[in-house]
Amino acid sequence: MSEKQTTNESRRGFVAGGVAAAAGLAIAPGVTLLDMAHARPENEAASGKNRWGLLIDTTKCKTGCTDCVTACFTENGVKQGDKETDPQWIRKVELKDLHSNKTASLPMMCQHCAHPPCVDVCPTGASFKRVDGIVLVDRHICIGCRYCMMACPYKARSFVHEPLTDQNPDVPRGMGCVEACTLCVHKIDRGDNNTACAEACKEGAILFGDLNDPESEIAKRVATYASTQVRADLGLNTGVRYQGI
Amino acid sequence: MGIPTIKTMGTWLASLAVVLAVGASSLAVADGGAKSPREAMLEGVKGDKCVAPTDDMRRNHMKYLKHHRDETMHQGIRTQQFSLKGCVECHASPKNNSVVGTNQNFCQGCHAYTGVKLDCFECHATKPKATAAFHPIAGQTGGLAANMRKEMGSAQSNVAGAAQ
Amino acid sequence: MKPIVYREIEGRSAGYLALLGVLGLLAAMGLGSAYYMEHHGHIVTGMTNQIVWGMPHVFAVFLIVAASGALNVASIGSVFGKTMYKPLGPLSALLALALLAGGLTILVLDLGRPDRLLIAATVYNFKSIFAWNMILYSGFFAIVGVYLWMQMDKMMYKYAKPAGFAAFIWRLVLTTGTGSIFGFLVARQAFDSAILAPMFVVMSFSYGLAIFLLVLMAAYAWSGRPLGDSVINRLKNLQGVFIAGALYFVVVFHLTNLYFTKYHGVESFILLNGGGITSLFWLGQIILGSLVPLAMLYHPKLGKSRTAIGVACVLVVLGGLAQMYVTLIGGQAYPLSLFPGYQESSSFFDGAVHGYSASLPELLLGIGGFAVALILVAVAVKFLRFLPESLDNHAVDPHGK
Repeated sequence: MSEKQTTNESRRGFVAGGVAAAAGLAIAPGVTLLDMAHARPENEAASGKNRWGLLIDTTKCKTGCTDCVTACFTENGVKQGDKETDPQWIRKVELKDLHSNKTASLPMMCQHCAHPPCVDVCPTGASFKRVDGIVLVDRHICIGCRYCMMACPYKARSFVHEPLTDQNPDVPRGMGCVEACTLCVHKIDRGDNNTACAEACKEGAILFGDLNDPESEIAKRVATYASTQVRADLGLNTGVRYQGI
Repeated sequence: MGIPTIKTMGTWLASLAVVLAVGASSLAVADGGAKSPREAMLEGVKGDKCVAPTDDMRRNHMKYLKHHRDETMHQGIRTQQFSLKGCVECHASPKNNSVVGTNQNFCQGCHAYTGVKLDCFECHATKPKATAAFHPIAGQTGGLAANMRKEMGSAQSNVAGAAQ
Repeated sequence: MKPIVYREIEGRSAGYLALLGVLGLLAAMGLGSAYYMEHHGHIVTGMTNQIVWGMPHVFAVFLIVAASGALNVASIGSVFGKTMYKPLGPLSALLALALLAGGLTILVLDLGRPDRLLIAATVYNFKSIFAWNMILYSGFFAIVGVYLWMQMDKMMYKYAKPAGFAAFIWRLVLTTGTGSIFGFLVARQAFDSAILAPMFVVMSFSYGLAIFLLVLMAAYAWSGRPLGDSVINRLKNLQGVFIAGALYFVVVFHLTNLYFTKYHGVESFILLNGGGITSLFWLGQIILGSLVPLAMLYHPKLGKSRTAIGVACVLVVLGGLAQMYVTLIGGQAYPLSLFPGYQESSSFFDGAVHGYSASLPELLLGIGGFAVALILVAVAVKFLRFLPESLDNHAVDPHGK
């Protein structure tokens, strides 16, 4: 909470602060009071010093397990479906090497590129990259042209084909706009320092962190072990990295 | 999907008829004939004070919301004062736990009355996350309602003015 | 040489009113479809999260490409100084504007949020080729509009040549932009090629001229005005050249892809085992849309028949729609390769060919766009002097050059 508040703000601030603190205590594993202390104040903008990302260890990821997918859909209020028109913010991709028959399983979502093609092609600038590396859609100015979906090499984006109701208050979404994984930006902004998919993975295959902070676990692992970017040939410098493929 | 079913064809033909009848001007703004938003304004408000003086909010809430929306969306600034989520938390009606749905609801009531298209709730949640019963200040309704009742006389003319 | 006299068509005949009636109905059905799609969401279309651009885009891109091509006849007169083409200039420019308007109508009505068009018109991301296209489209309306004025106002006619030159350059840039919408898509194997831009330019020559010829022959036949073989012969020979030119680009495009092993998958999908897409490519785009009309136009006997020329032009238009379908839908139906060398599968249809069948409303929206364009032309020639009273051999080419 900010220390100085106007009279007008104080009541609302107090109420919401209480709710947030209560929610903070209730937050499940991985979030300690120490993390909360490091949370960015709510009136402070996201910083370009951070580059949020994920490191996914495909050797730990289990074929057939979809815990990360379920957690994501629950967190973001997305109804899980299997139609070609249903949105998928995250999906499990099963891979089989055409020659050796080696298999692998991994979650695939928005790769939060440093040079995102979706941002390049968006006519209105609705598709944008936040300074801390999170690629988002500003649905207030998205006109629903779907050019970003044509441009994304990862099939990470979905168009909302049907009217929606009962959205999660933290995750506004609606018909006629394009959407994708937000890297749980609402959780990052409130200082959870984790994403729903990473929290849900029992195998510990998904690691969230700040790629720019050399002290962070993710940066250390990326510096120590070989990791790859999907479609690295495109030179997009993805924020999501993979190990074991 | 490709071949429309009888049902979708039916609705399709119906909407075709509608369009033929009223022309392309079908992006209707709001349902007409709404009565005074007074009841809606009084219903469901919690606490005794809004995040800014009532007159100010009445005239400028859209500016505050838009400014806040851009800051939140693009910079991750999530202050509480002009958060839409906050509006919904305080102003959801106890009847349907929502700010829209009927002309007795806070947002829809006034927007229908003034004939201004409301474009927030196709995406934003219309209901607070926690139910109203658990709201910390749900009980203290008297203050704001009383204040508003006092102001309603002058508010009436303001709202009517905005409609024109 | 007698000066060319332009005059409005009478536009009171039952035939004219019937034409407007039919076109009006088609346009209304298109609008109804758009309203239906807007109300229920794109769930009522055949488009999905795999095939994100569908039938409306096939029609829209075709019309936009044809629009710039329809301007060619005017350009040949003004820019390249061919006297014979000058009387055709006003109709050519009018058709260009109308086709673009029709195409954009479809494109806009298909948006997820058409109510936010004002945002698209005011907020630009200048790195987006789509945003550039919006500027190119508005510029096209302005420049061709001025060009039309210069052609039709005797006082301003001296500026017709520079205006025509500007319009010619602009239309080349515009179609380059349209082709680049696909050419700039690095992610998709079926697109991602610089050749798409010049290919679209040459295709625009062909599609635009075919529609121009059809409109010209219909307008003169139905209004009972003389239209000489001299005009038609020149135009139909030019049509043949354009068809061959477009075919050349298609061949080069596929040959290049066939040489690169990494494109073998997508090429065999389009050319060999893509089912409907493959048939549409060979039968629609190549045989009926290119080879047959080419043979008809240059056939010693058929080439002289107005009916045969008309049929050839209709085939070019249908072939053009087939080409757009193969390019757009075929390009999306073939799965993205995220992990080259691996077989992919997922709940989001990775590694699988995506099916698409257009629903009735989206088809009607596309046809509605066509109707809007033709209504604009039909109404304009009734109220303004677009059409020369006579285009017989003597009027257009007194010295038989």
